[in-house]
Amino acid sequence: MNKQEAKKTQEKASRVREPLFHVIKRDTIPLWKSWMIRVIAILAALLICGLITLVLMGRNPIEMYASMIKGSFGTSRRIWKLLKDTAILLCIALAVTPAFRMKFWNTGAEGQVLVGCLATTACMYYMGGNAPDWLIIICMLVAAVAAGAIWGLIPAIFKAKFNTNETLFTLMMNYVATYLIAYFLLVWTPDGSSSLGRLEHGHLPVLLEDVVGNSYLLILLVVAVLTVGMYIYLKYSKHGYEISVVGESNNTARYIGISVPKVIIRTMLVSGAICGLAGFLIVGGLDHTVTTESAGGQGFTAIMVSWLGKFNPIFMVLTSFLIIFLDQGAAQVSQDFNIRGAFPDIVTGVILFFIIGCEFFINYKIVFRNKKQKEEQA
Amino acid sequence: MKKFLSLALALLMVLTCVSVFASCDTEKKDGEVTLTPVAKEELKLGVILLHDEDSTYDLNFINGINAAKKALGLEDSQVIMKRNIPESNACYDAALDLIDEGCDIIFADSFGHETHMLKAAEEHPEVQFCHATGNQAHVKNLANYHNAFASIYEGRFLAGVAAGMKLNEMIEAGTITAEKAKMGYVGAFTYAEVISGYTSFYLGAKSVCPSVTMDVQFTGSWYDETAEKNTAMSLIEGGCVLISQHADSMGAPSACEEKNVPNVSYNGSTKDHCPNTFIVSSRIDWAPYIKYICEQTIKGEAIATDWCGTISTGSVVLTDVNTTAAAEGTVAKLEEVKAALVAGTTHVFDTANFTVEGKAITSHKVEEKEVIKDGYFNESDIMSAPYFDLKIDGITLLNTNFG
Repeated sequence: MNKQEAKKTQEKASRVREPLFHVIKRDTIPLWKSWMIRVIAILAALLICGLITLVLMGRNPIEMYASMIKGSFGTSRRIWKLLKDTAILLCIALAVTPAFRMKFWNTGAEGQVLVGCLATTACMYYMGGNAPDWLIIICMLVAAVAAGAIWGLIPAIFKAKFNTNETLFTLMMNYVATYLIAYFLLVWTPDGSSSLGRLEHGHLPVLLEDVVGNSYLLILLVVAVLTVGMYIYLKYSKHGYEISVVGESNNTARYIGISVPKVIIRTMLVSGAICGLAGFLIVGGLDHTVTTESAGGQGFTAIMVSWLGKFNPIFMVLTSFLIIFLDQGAAQVSQDFNIRGAFPDIVTGVILFFIIGCEFFINYKIVFRNKKQKEEQA
Repeated sequence: MKKFLSLALALLMVLTCVSVFASCDTEKKDGEVTLTPVAKEELKLGVILLHDEDSTYDLNFINGINAAKKALGLEDSQVIMKRNIPESNACYDAALDLIDEGCDIIFADSFGHETHMLKAAEEHPEVQFCHATGNQAHVKNLANYHNAFASIYEGRFLAGVAAGMKLNEMIEAGTITAEKAKMGYVGAFTYAEVISGYTSFYLGAKSVCPSVTMDVQFTGSWYDETAEKNTAMSLIEGGCVLISQHADSMGAPSACEEKNVPNVSYNGSTKDHCPNTFIVSSRIDWAPYIKYICEQTIKGEAIATDWCGTISTGSVVLTDVNTTAAAEGTVAKLEEVKAALVAGTTHVFDTANFTVEGKAITSHKVEEKEVIKDGYFNESDIMSAPYFDLKIDGITLLNTNFG
C-alpha cells in the first residue's frame, strides 16, 4: 500500500508540469518590432475578414476591399468627406484626452457635444434675421463653448468635492443632453414634427469654395490648429505636467503641492469646452440644424480614438483617420453589395478587434514551455 | 491657461476675419432646365434611406423600390441605395455622392432629410429630387424638387372599419358593453401626419360602431420599442379593449399579444409575431410612385411637384386579414367600404360624421386655403403630406408631445 501511494504521488508530481505558455510583461520593445506586430495583426484581420466574406456572403473578398478603398478615395468628394469626418471625430477625441490623461474617465463627450450643438442652434434660431451673421457666429461660438464647459464642469465639481463616480455621472449627463434637445425641438416646431430643418442664418464662412469645391476647409484648419495646440498644451505646458502627475497618483500630486480638485475642474472645463467647439463646428459648419442624433455616437467613438492613439494628439490623427476610413468603407460595401449595414459593421469590428488586440502582444510576450526549459538549461 | 486663452483668441480672430468674407453665398436662380429623355438602360436611381431593412418603415420603402425595379426591368446597377443616412449634412453628402455616381433621380425617405435634399436640389438643377413625406415642394417652387405621399388615411379608415367590427363582435358576445368600446392609440408626435392617421382610423371604427371612443397617447419618438410597449400596456390598463399605433417598432403589437388584446397594425403585417391578436395592417406601397418617377424621367417629362397616391392607384394597401383575430365578415365588409371609397361615395373626413367641441365644421383654412369642400375635409389636396389637424370629439389625448 505504502509503496503504491508513494508511486501515485510521484506520478502526480511528474504530471504537474509547467503550463504550455506564460505571459510575461515586456520591458521595452524596439520600434520596428512593435510595428511589425501591428502590420501582422492588420494582415491577419484582413485575412479573417476575407474568409468571413467568402463563407458568409459568397462574395470575392478582393472585391470587398476594393469597395472599401473606393468608399474613401473613389472621388475627390469622398476624400474631402473622409478628411472632414476625421477632423470632427479628432476634435472630440482631443477634447476627452486631457481628462483621460488625468485618469478622469469622461464618458460624457456625447452630451457635451450635444449641448454645444443645442447652444449653437439656439443662437441661430433666436438671432437669425435679427442680427448680422458675424455677430450670430460669435455668439454661437461663445454659447457652444460655454455650454460644453458647463456640461463638463458639473461632474468635475462633484468628483472634486464629493468624489462621485465620474464615469456614471458623465454618462447620465448624456441622457439629460439628449432629452434637452428633444424638449427644445418640441418648442421650436409648432407643427409638432420635432424636425427643425436647416436654419437660414449663422452658417460658418466657406473658405475657398471655388478652389476646393466644398465647405469643409475651415473645419480642417480649426481642428489642425487645435491638434497642434493640444499637443503643446499636454507636453510642454505646466498644466499638461500637472495633468500627468494627477493621472499617475493623487498623493504624489498633493505631496508636490498640486491642488487635485483644481486640476480636475480646470481640465474638465477644457475638455467640455472643446466638445462644445465640436458641436459648434457640426451645427454651424455642416448641419445648420440640431437633432438628438447630431453627435451620432462620436462622443463614444472618440474614447476609442484617444485610447488607440495612446492619448497622444499626433497619433490620434492616425487613429481617427483609420476609424473614419473603416466607417466610410463599410458604408460603401453596404451600397455596392446592396446589403444591410450589419455585415460591413462586422468586418470593421473584426479589424478593430485585431488592431486593439495586437497592443497586448506589444506590451506582453508569450513564452512557451519548451523554450523556457531550454533557456533554463542554457 | 494663458496658452489656452491665446489659442481661443486666435481662433476667434480667424473666425471673425473670415466672417467678413462670408455671406457671399452664391445664390443660384431657378434656372429652367429643359428635360431630355433618358434611355431606360442608362437611367440611374439613387435612394437615401434613414435606416436599413431592420426598420419596418425603411423596409417598406426598400420593398417598394425593388418591386418597381422589377416591373421596369432595371438592372441591379441602376438602383443605388445608401442606407443609414441620418437627417443631417450626411444626407446632402449622400445626395452629391449619388450624383457623382451618375444618378438622374435622387429619392429620400425620411421627413428630416427634406431641407438637406433641398440644398442639394438648388445646387443641381439637372438632377430630379424626390422626397417622401415632405411638405416643402409646393412652397419652394423648384423645378427639380418634388414631394410624394399617399392617402394613407383611406387605408387607416379601412383598418378602422375592421377594428369597429371587432368591437361589435365583443359587444354582441357580452365581453364589453357598448359604452366600454374604447380603443387605444399609440402615436409618435402630436403632428398632422399622426393626427390625420388616428382620426381616420377612429372614423372608420365609428362608421360601424357608433359608441366607440378612443384614447391617444404619444411617445415623442418615431421608433422607441420600450416606450411604445409601455404606452400600449398603460392604455390596456386604462380600459382600452383594442390597440392601434403609428410608430415604427414592434412595441405596441407585442404588448397586445402578451395581454391578448386585438391589434390593428401599420407599415406591414405583424401576424408572424402576433398570430392571436393581429387583425389587419394598412401601409403605403411606394412601388407605383418609384415607377412613375422613373417613367417620367425616361420620357423626359416633368414629375409632379406633389404626388399623392390613393387607394385606387394601388398606393394604399391593406395586408391580408388575420381571420383568427378579426370579426366574422370583415373581409367582405372591407371590400364593400373600399369600393365606396374608390367610387367616391364615402369620404373619410365627411363633416357629417364628426364634430369639434360639439359643433360641426363648416370652414377650415390650411395655409390660408379653404379645405372644407363639398361637405368633407379635403385631405392631401394642397400638398401631398397630410394636414388634417382638428381635434375631434370622441378622441381623448392623454398627453401631447411627451411620452
